Amino acid sequence: MTSPLEQKKIKITGPSVVTANRTWDGIVIYRTARQDWSAKLSDAAIVRTSDEARALLAESVADDVGAVGAYIAPVEIKESGKIKPGNLREHIRLQGVTIDLPVPA
Amino acid sequence: MYAYDELDRTLINERVEEFRDQVKRRLSGELTEDEFKMLRLQNGVYLQLHAYMFRIAIPYGTLSSEQLRRLAHVARRYDRGYGHFTTRQNIQFNWIKLAELPDALGDLAEVGIHAMQTSGNNTRNVTSDQWAGVAPGEIEDPRIWSELIRQYTTLHPEFSFLPRKFKFAITASPHDRAAIKIHDIGLRLHRNAEGETGFEVLVGGGLGRTPFIGKTIKPFVHGRDLLSYVEAILRVYNQYGRRDNIYKARIKILVHELGIDKFAKEVEDEWQEMRDSDTALTLDDAMIEDIRSRFTYPAYEKLPHTPEELKKAAHDPLFERWRKNSVSTHKVQGYAIVTLSLKPVGGPPGDATADQMDALADLADKYSFGEIRVGHEQNLALPHVAKRDLPALWNALDKIGLATPNVNLVSDIIACPGLDYCSLANARSIPIAQELTRRFANHETADLIGRLHINISGCINACGHHHVGHIGILGVEKNGEEFYQITIGGRADENAELGALIGPAVPYGEVADVVEDIVEAYLALRARPDELFVDTVKRLGVEPFRERVYATR
Amino acid sequence: MPLVKDGKITGDEFIHVADDAEVPGGGAILLSSTRFLGDPEALSRRAGKTGVIWPNNRDLDDLVPYLDRLAVVALVFPTFRDGRAYSQARLLRERHNYRGELRATGQVLRDQFLFMLRAGFDSFEVKKPADAEAFAITVKRYSVFYQPTGDGRMTALHRRMMLRHSESASP
Ligand code: SF4
Repeated sequence: MTSPLEQKKIKITGPSVVTANRTWDGIVIYRTARQDWSAKLSDAAIVRTSDEARALLAESVADDVGAVGAYIAPVEIKESGKIKPGNLREHIRLQGVTIDLPVPA
Repeated sequence: MYAYDELDRTLINERVEEFRDQVKRRLSGELTEDEFKMLRLQNGVYLQLHAYMFRIAIPYGTLSSEQLRRLAHVARRYDRGYGHFTTRQNIQFNWIKLAELPDALGDLAEVGIHAMQTSGNNTRNVTSDQWAGVAPGEIEDPRIWSELIRQYTTLHPEFSFLPRKFKFAITASPHDRAAIKIHDIGLRLHRNAEGETGFEVLVGGGLGRTPFIGKTIKPFVHGRDLLSYVEAILRVYNQYGRRDNIYKARIKILVHELGIDKFAKEVEDEWQEMRDSDTALTLDDAMIEDIRSRFTYPAYEKLPHTPEELKKAAHDPLFERWRKNSVSTHKVQGYAIVTLSLKPVGGPPGDATADQMDALADLADKYSFGEIRVGHEQNLALPHVAKRDLPALWNALDKIGLATPNVNLVSDIIACPGLDYCSLANARSIPIAQELTRRFANHETADLIGRLHINISGCINACGHHHVGHIGILGVEKNGEEFYQITIGGRADENAELGALIGPAVPYGEVADVVEDIVEAYLALRARPDELFVDTVKRLGVEPFRERVYATR
Repeated sequence: MPLVKDGKITGDEFIHVADDAEVPGGGAILLSSTRFLGDPEALSRRAGKTGVIWPNNRDLDDLVPYLDRLAVVALVFPTFRDGRAYSQARLLRERHNYRGELRATGQVLRDQFLFMLRAGFDSFEVKKPADAEAFAITVKRYSVFYQPTGDGRMTALHRRMMLRHSESASP
């Protein structure tokens, strides 16, 4: 999982979303189609072309107060329409660590 | 223990207030993330995958029970009830909220703990031997010098924006437990022919993308000149270290590109200039004495070398197993240094829960004069335990899960947080470590194998020091899948060496098998039962291992 | 960009002269290092005050012979992360005894004021007006200093020595 934090050229090969961390508490958030953020991946705006991705990212990055480190992340869209993270890194960001936490939540 | 005085405490409090103001300006939008990022890094705040991560300094690895309790409090109040001890005598919390950080810092400041310069391109937490002050055969307590350097490097007006991060480590023992050869500056305290104490100064060690073992830049720098000599090195680095490429910005690259002789000459010229004009950095005996006087040592009793309690407990094989690998010789007769494994079978290396921290703080009060140590192997230690108390302590530690008898054995694994937490990771580290501890859970087998250090990093930044693991495991990415490169023969001590690659990278599911095969190859290849893994690799080279491990793959 | 000098926001009497513009005979001017080094003898002896903007990767040795004739040396922070000018500032003040105005230019932000002050800067071309206004408060944030620099503030180490002396001197 090459860190996506330094995305230079924007080129997407499949459905993608924009994700970031919320500034005040750091939780994982996704950019919605209503120019807002949500902690749920199901609320995320899906982009399918590089131009759309670029536009969504630009709009997200512009919210420097609300979010930190916005970048484009791949997703998978299941037949049911359910959105799934497109790689292990994003899976971990959404679902949490793959191990048992030392103190159960 | 080092007792902070009013001046130290004032500075820490002033730093908390400054950071509180910086966070406020960030949250209100007065500071952009670009501007704030460096400010938060200078105070140990990273943004990781799930949340902010907060790294707190434990200078030279010494903690009081009061401080440990406060760390437990922060874990509970501001985080998720646990913390992670790193390979650089820091503790990290993984789930902290930026808005609450100033309060957490304020709580820590009350007991003299801070997070200053635990990340960012400045001088980092000064690390030292976790057995400082209690190890037999030590020249003197290296923490006196560590503390002098800690103060000197804290909020340095000239060196807070270096080309890249800069790490010091100090040792005063013949056996190096502080890994000084893999630090930007490594200091080895020793005596010269005239009987004066001073430092062998090493420079340009470091792991990461381009690993180097540090080189000696000056065989002897007198203690009184330590700060001016360090300033000369930092000034040369600040001016000439590369700033065009983050991967070439560490001092090791400058030293490598100039060559150690040329670099040493630059430093020498600078130092001579400073010494003529500027004596403010010269330490006089009174100043050193002042710092020394604030390290207090317990009032040790006169105790027998082998107390009855110990003789009795020796009949218990479980106690004996733990004692053999966890208890080390103390400089004072009748006392021992007890290492506490933070590597339980199936657990994440280096993690401790708030409850464990609290319980351990109580045990430290009862059995170790209220003092705890943190080592770069991600284990803790109680530095002053009376030997007669060892059986009772062992029982108590066992109850809180801190008596795993695997110190320095194959399941005493050093691992970075990896892809489960870290935003820079290629691959996971913790589950690999957990699987390995399960494979080697049998203590008889582990005893048979003997001393063997496995180190795991989730990416080339090498926080798990994989290059210097006897077996090193590095997470890489291949087509979106987790793969791992495996090296053997590295070591981090006074004979530091970088490991050599044993073969092609293997996928996640095969790592534990490969490691088992490597260990089996070692058992077959070693000349004698007491030839350590690293020594076998040194004697035979990588080839025989490669043949055995990869022949059937 | 507000200029903070001697702790207060002030007007800037110095005019930046572009490399291809004519150098006026009188008046206070700031020149690039390249322009200045083209004819340092004459330029450092002109009637008006002369200052030089010195880049952070250029050796100070070329500037040192003219220091006592310069009214301003402006050192550059191309980004706030690039700390080379801190070393240059200390060298100018502490080794070469430069006593004229030492100006910080470029990305000069609030959170670096105190470091700059301690390194020897006494004037600041501040990027954000709010930062300039906060100057006086910001530089008072700390009362304890661990390192000796040319600003003469006493280090914690020396203060402790003084305390010890006064303690042992009193009956
Ligand atoms: S080695 Fe890489 S993955 Fe591991 S903690 Fe360091 S940066 Fe993160």
